[in-house]
Amino acid sequence: MSMEPIRQVDGLVAPLDRSNVDTDAIIPKQFLKSIHRTGFGPNLFDELRYLDAGEPGQDCAKRPLNPDFVLNQPRYQGATILLARENFGCGSSREHAPWALADYGFRVLIAPSFADIFYNNCSKNGILPISLNAQIVDALFAATQSTEGYRLHVDLAKQVVSTPDGSEYPFDIDPHRKHMLLEGLDEIGLTLGHADAIRAYEQQRRQVTPWLFEDLDMA
Amino acid sequence: MGGQTLYDKLWDAHVVRDNGDGTALLYIDRQLVHEVTSPQAFEGLRLADRPLWRVAANLAVVDHNVPTTDRDQGIADPISALQVDTLTKNCQAYGITQFGLLDRRQGIVHIIGPEQGATQPGMTVVCGDSHTSTHGAFGALAFGIGTSEVEHALATQTVVQARSKRMLVRVDGKTGPGVTAKDIMLAIIGKIGTAGGTGYAVEYGGEAIRALPMSGRMTICNMSIEAGARCGMVGVDETTIEYLRDRPYAPKGEHWDQAVDYWRSLVSDTDAEFDRVVTLDAATIKPQVSWGTSPEMVVDVDGVVPDPAAEPDETKRAGMQRALEYMGLTPGTRIRDIAPEKIFIGSCTNSRIEDLRAAAQVLRGKHIAKGIREAMVVPGSGLIKWQAEKEGLAQVFKEAGFEWRDAGCSMCLGMNPDRLSPGERCASTSNRNFEGRQGAGGRTHLVSPEMAAAAAVAGHFVDVRELES
Ligand code: SF4
Repeated sequence: MSMEPIRQVDGLVAPLDRSNVDTDAIIPKQFLKSIHRTGFGPNLFDELRYLDAGEPGQDCAKRPLNPDFVLNQPRYQGATILLARENFGCGSSREHAPWALADYGFRVLIAPSFADIFYNNCSKNGILPISLNAQIVDALFAATQSTEGYRLHVDLAKQVVSTPDGSEYPFDIDPHRKHMLLEGLDEIGLTLGHADAIRAYEQQRRQVTPWLFEDLDMA
Repeated sequence: MGGQTLYDKLWDAHVVRDNGDGTALLYIDRQLVHEVTSPQAFEGLRLADRPLWRVAANLAVVDHNVPTTDRDQGIADPISALQVDTLTKNCQAYGITQFGLLDRRQGIVHIIGPEQGATQPGMTVVCGDSHTSTHGAFGALAFGIGTSEVEHALATQTVVQARSKRMLVRVDGKTGPGVTAKDIMLAIIGKIGTAGGTGYAVEYGGEAIRALPMSGRMTICNMSIEAGARCGMVGVDETTIEYLRDRPYAPKGEHWDQAVDYWRSLVSDTDAEFDRVVTLDAATIKPQVSWGTSPEMVVDVDGVVPDPAAEPDETKRAGMQRALEYMGLTPGTRIRDIAPEKIFIGSCTNSRIEDLRAAAQVLRGKHIAKGIREAMVVPGSGLIKWQAEKEGLAQVFKEAGFEWRDAGCSMCLGMNPDRLSPGERCASTSNRNFEGRQGAGGRTHLVSPEMAAAAAVAGHFVDVRELES
């Protein structure tokens, strides 16, 4: 699937001050039964966000919100940048977690560290995960919490996060991921451009390890 | 130049193309498919009008959503039913072999791959599920992928990957009686933390790992993801080869001999270098019980619930406090004074025949305690269930007061009707104790099958080693 490119994001920041936020917390499993990619936004962080038990098919607009949950506070409405703590997105490989974050409206995640698979899944779904060192993240938490309407500017091409007071924090991203995100590319299409290389590999492997090419269906 | 690690050998053998940007296009030998993470992948293929690259490399099964009782009556929850039907329709449309709900070979995806011999040494194995690391027990490079990658693998037989760093976890010496693969792995996670393996491909070695049968090695590799690593692996030896002999999808005849020759090379060279080496002394590992909401929150069974006040790191301390609140526990409580109300023996971590035998051994001639509201055994596959019935294990469980269910993920994640109610405490042989994992508000304590069985009998956690003596 091709996706919306990310070049620059200038957005309101919401701080989620918990470490090890897992994919079950991001989108509880009762919502994973959908067979589509969209519509997960209203159930993002469902157990933290609502006071009642969430079930698929509810009208979330009518559910009691947990006033203590950060995303429910009026000052963070419309946030597109999520600030989080270490090991964000740990747990399962389900892509429903980035789908839910994207569907809610997040384009950028900033944390000291992310779980591997989640990190990978984000960048395939038009979300830019940025790891910054823990002190910087601490400072961003403090700034976000003390300044209403705190925004950050993220420039993917230059690989920097800039704050309103002019500080700039460079971040790392591998060139492949960066290219995909900048251009909003369809990775499958790119890979199929190398179909000849895949066929050549198969031919050579068939010589060395022929049993790997036996037909699974022996029925 | 030094020797190569197993990971390097597997990696090098599967590079189709170096992308020149730190990633490579990696060839995939086997893709396992289940109903939760595949519908959107098939939807994507259809929208782009793309065929599968190599149909016969895929094997599909329904597991996450399936009911564990009254199967012949179909699936009551319409949303689950839709997901299960969608997989069947997709498999039919694309010609993929699928084990359906009523097939005896049906079971948890990470159980049936090895059981059928569809997981083999030297393969790259992917599945849209993080516990795909399980298959690394065979000296395979196996890792979980997201749905976009499932679609990518279906369409191109490749995934784009960055090479990982290499970690060796060496468990030296022998484990004591009553100490299982699960305890070894929980101890490893307790030691390195849930992010300890992030960015690494982990190989498990040492005498205690070598001594494990394939079931135990799978338990260890399975929980690599709980240690933050996408893949875990164990080098091939005679145990691996003997396990695979005569499995339905294992190579046959001349191919078998050829394969075995190749498989024997799938070990790290003795002079291979790792980026990080962690060692544990097997003799010091005791049965483990998790007390919190992250798999690293574990203690020895004779220990107590830790006190956050003693944790210097502020974020960690806050995490511990929240976990204690969620779990309804106070610091200093002895683990043996914690009383679960439910017992779950199952999941891709611990639902193999060896696990059931071990649990049944503890339960033989005993009955679950009064305080236990529900105890269930969910075998990993229909074939394991059948085998356990043949061996009389089912009878032991039933007589002890356990429910004897059909195969699936069940209460490991509660996507089907098997789940915990808010506040309910469970001794579980699964792999995740996250908040709400087994049902909203449910409290999970991760343990081995033996320890779960022992807790069922005693009505609280006990050191299974005391029962045995
Ligand atoms: S048993 Fe649990 S961990 Fe294993 S595949 Fe099923 S849901 Fe995932």
